[in-house]
Amino acid sequence: MLSGLIWLPICWGIGLLLLERVRPALVAAAGVVGALLTFALSLLMYIGFDPAAGMQYTEQYAWIPAFAIRYHLAVDGIAVPLILLTTFSTLLVALLVPPTDRPALHLAAFLVLEGLMNGVFVARDAILFYVCWEAMLIPMFVIIGVWGGPRRVYAAIKFFLYTFLGSVFMLIALLYLYHRSGSFAIEAFQLQPLSLHEQTLIFIAFLLAFAVKIPMWPVHTWLPDAHVEAPTGGSVILAAVMLKMGGYGFLRFSLPITPAACALLDGLMITLSLVAIAYIGMVALVQQDMKKLIAYSSVAHMGFVTLGFFLCFTPAAMLGLQGGMIQMISHGFISGALFLCIGVLYTRMHSRQIADYGGVVNTMPRFAALLMFFAMANAGLPGTSGFVGEFLVILASFQANFWIAFIAATTLILGAAYTLWMYKRVIFGEIANDQVRALQDIDSRETLVLGLAAVAVLALGIWPAPLVELMDPTLEQLWAHVQAGKHG
Amino acid sequence: MNPALMACLAAVLLPLLGALIAGLGGVGRSTAHRVTIACTGISTLLSLLLYKRIILEQGASLNEVAYTWLGGEWLTLEIGFLVDPLSVTMMVVVSLVSWLIHIYTIGYMRDDPGYQRFFSYISLFTFAMLMLVTANNFLQLFFGWEAVGLVSYLLIGFWFKRESAIAANLKAFLVNRVGDFGFIIGIAAVLAFFGSLDYDTVFQRSDELRGAVLVILGQDISMATLICGCLFVGAMGKSAQVPLHVWLPDSMEGPTPISALIHAATMVTAGIFMVARMSPLYELSEVVLNLILIIGAVTALSMGILGIVQHDIKRVIAYSTLSQLGYMTAALGASAYAAAMFHLVTHAFFKALLFLGAGSVIIALHHKQDLRNMGGLYRYMPLTWIAMLAGSLSLIGFPGTAGFYSKEAIIEAMHYSRLPGAGFAAFALTLGVFFTGLYTFRLLFLAFHGRERTRVDEREQLRESPRVVTIPLLVLMVPSLVIGLPLVELMLYGGYFRESITVLPQHAVLATMRADFHGVWSYAAHALLTWPFWLAMAGVAVAAYCYLLRPQLPGRIATAAGPWYRLLLCKYGFDAFYLGPLAGGVRRVAHRLWQDVDSTLIDRWMVNGTAHSMYLLSAVVRRLQTGRLYHYAFMMILGLLLLGLLQG
Repeated sequence: MLSGLIWLPICWGIGLLLLERVRPALVAAAGVVGALLTFALSLLMYIGFDPAAGMQYTEQYAWIPAFAIRYHLAVDGIAVPLILLTTFSTLLVALLVPPTDRPALHLAAFLVLEGLMNGVFVARDAILFYVCWEAMLIPMFVIIGVWGGPRRVYAAIKFFLYTFLGSVFMLIALLYLYHRSGSFAIEAFQLQPLSLHEQTLIFIAFLLAFAVKIPMWPVHTWLPDAHVEAPTGGSVILAAVMLKMGGYGFLRFSLPITPAACALLDGLMITLSLVAIAYIGMVALVQQDMKKLIAYSSVAHMGFVTLGFFLCFTPAAMLGLQGGMIQMISHGFISGALFLCIGVLYTRMHSRQIADYGGVVNTMPRFAALLMFFAMANAGLPGTSGFVGEFLVILASFQANFWIAFIAATTLILGAAYTLWMYKRVIFGEIANDQVRALQDIDSRETLVLGLAAVAVLALGIWPAPLVELMDPTLEQLWAHVQAGKHG
Repeated sequence: MNPALMACLAAVLLPLLGALIAGLGGVGRSTAHRVTIACTGISTLLSLLLYKRIILEQGASLNEVAYTWLGGEWLTLEIGFLVDPLSVTMMVVVSLVSWLIHIYTIGYMRDDPGYQRFFSYISLFTFAMLMLVTANNFLQLFFGWEAVGLVSYLLIGFWFKRESAIAANLKAFLVNRVGDFGFIIGIAAVLAFFGSLDYDTVFQRSDELRGAVLVILGQDISMATLICGCLFVGAMGKSAQVPLHVWLPDSMEGPTPISALIHAATMVTAGIFMVARMSPLYELSEVVLNLILIIGAVTALSMGILGIVQHDIKRVIAYSTLSQLGYMTAALGASAYAAAMFHLVTHAFFKALLFLGAGSVIIALHHKQDLRNMGGLYRYMPLTWIAMLAGSLSLIGFPGTAGFYSKEAIIEAMHYSRLPGAGFAAFALTLGVFFTGLYTFRLLFLAFHGRERTRVDEREQLRESPRVVTIPLLVLMVPSLVIGLPLVELMLYGGYFRESITVLPQHAVLATMRADFHGVWSYAAHALLTWPFWLAMAGVAVAAYCYLLRPQLPGRIATAAGPWYRLLLCKYGFDAFYLGPLAGGVRRVAHRLWQDVDSTLIDRWMVNGTAHSMYLLSAVVRRLQTGRLYHYAFMMILGLLLLGLLQG
């Protein structure tokens, strides 16, 4: 099952490369089928998953016995929703009209990427995890490098080096943990007793990798550049899934392996998260490029994820963990959809500058309505998924400290300000210029893609209980583990 | 499922259904209004049925959970409904006014291309508002709270081509978000203290708040004060209290039916309702009650004065709404929650009436709203004139009208309150009555009486509005005039709200006032001997003198008053301050953060700087890699020697 989630999209993607010379429509259809099959497979996995039963769907084979490296896969309540997010987002991207330039390679890159991302979430062996983690960069590098904007080379290299540099430290930490525990199993790492000194060093090594990925202030500057240069699909996957790798890393490695170090440094993590929320929220306000604005908004929203996770040592730990996880899933849907929306505009106008737009609602009413919905979700309106995570994290943070809640709650004002101000300038008003006058409203295919995302955002907002119940036992267990280990 | 819950669910959800059909169903114009009017109509009937059961038959309140929103061992949040005397009163007001406004809209929006969209929005609003008032927990309250804010945003910007409309809706949303910022912290504080967001649990354990403190910046802050204060910040946003009032006058950019429904009768009173709902908590913090009292009094007086200098017919009424909301707020501060709710109900009717009347004038004048270009309209629109007159009398509190009973009760409550701000509040509210009389009849005289200032060609087309417009006006006239008679004794002194409002004995001003109440007519007769009545009459007289007898006088006064007049024209400078130093300042700081910190410090110096130094370093390293074998051999020998030295 889990191998299928990795290899089905990868093989399908490689197979697509053979279709380079076939009609583009056929290639696009084949890509959709591949993404759809993977999504169906992940749904089957979800249906068969029992939240209370811990790690499931285990597959385990020796891979490199000399170093005790194993091909070991399993999922728990943290991994399942992230996999669903991955397969769903890839499906949305596959449904987009592919670029005319080498469509087969484009779809192939996304399918391979999907397989590798799934690999990150299902790997239970540190080396397997690391291989997927690094290999993931290659298709993304290709996507930005081939179909990106004018400064794509700078952005792609910056993206690659930034994340690669972070990962190197993670590799050192993994090797050290192997040296201590004699195994590459993540489970063994979590059970390995470590001194506070060791934990702190390992925590910092992990932090460098995960903080870059999620990204946290001040190692976030690669993200706006990467988004601006990435093609629509690349931005969607980057925002919807790849940022979540950092959050996943905190839950899977930092918290359970180095709980004492986390307890020691949680003040730092909370401070950095609050900087992301308030400071980056303000920076988002003055962006003139829509993609940069949403990229900064992503950093601010991911601040809630890290804030929620590192409230783990305060009275409302579970509230924070749940809130952070829900925020990850929700942000996947919302930011993915927002990047899709910007893509819709970009394919028509070839501009992402807010100043080039105005009065789009006059020519694209259906699009304007959907974008309004996502904008409100981004501003955390109750009834959408964007509210749930932020709400829980604010509730949790108050129980830690009044001022944490105070700063976190500024997102209500800032989030609404930057999102709706952009909306006003782009969508409302008189038709600004002839290019806007010539715009065509979204076609049925685009409506379907955005509609699917809207349904997900709405469903999660109205009834988050199923998601919470899915994750609850795993998070409870994680919390108990962290509690037990927090004194070193 | 019990029938009361089903009735409540249907009442709440039917308008949502209507909104979905009208908005997403791709239906025609007449289908859109038929469906939404039918849905809201049934919703009104069901609300009345619930009202009959709970108020008239003294039936038990309904408090049921619909579903679990999310839950775990650590916290359970549920969606549920509470229908008690307080919420059922709101349900009736909301659904009834909404239903009448749906009908009115057929006439008002007849030629608008966004007809279906408009019906969809107002039905959606009705749903959100009903969710807000029937919530049995803070989560759902917040959902309704934000959802009405969303629809308000959409409706203020309904005519999205107008720059002024889309500036106003953004402003409304953001100012409300400032309020919600406080509100959400208040909710977080409730959860932190009580471990639940369920009203029942929280209110039953509210006594535990006594003496509880939270240390903030080394200060012991009473938990009750913190919770109530934060929640009240939310109410200040939604119910437009100074200094978060700035969005309401601008909200008049929206079509008139929604000014009546959202920005007068229902949504803006959500803050009043919320504080009344939270009375078990508010009773425990005299600090906050006093603050509420003072803010309410300041709003009532200062905003009433601004009504005198406005020329836009809708803006005059908007400032009147601000002022009346101030009265309600002050009543809450004096723990006269029932009086606040009573004024909320009467105000909903007479203010909706005034707005719809103004809308009728606006239709007749083809969307011209400047009072300076009106005059003498009563000849052409007698029904509208009568309706406006009735609404005006109620607004100024003419004895016997609905507005009289509710306003009189509030002013009287000020005299019995023992809070430190009560003296000031009593003064401000009493003086406010003079200005109410003045601006109300100024509007009436300028629009309907005096010299005709309409253009001659316009006069030929002037006629009374169609029946879909006038019938809602006539229907609203009835409660505006007479609803005080049956309700005053019941609501203020008759235990109407039962357990849904809590008042501590030391704050029970209404109970004290009860002794002086000897029936509705003697109460009205007694008013002839009190200050408010004569002040209101003085206001009317001044209005008559200035705008009927000596129309040149106001202009001369304005010139003579110079700076004072300009202070009123710029609305005390709130807007200028928010837009300039505040919003502009935030943007400047944000720009500096982005350019100086993000782009220069982090990106250029740290990130690219690292890359650049790597490049330089690699140039050095490259020189080492000369490709000549003897260099490498030499280095290896050197290294071995060094190692040997270190070992030794």
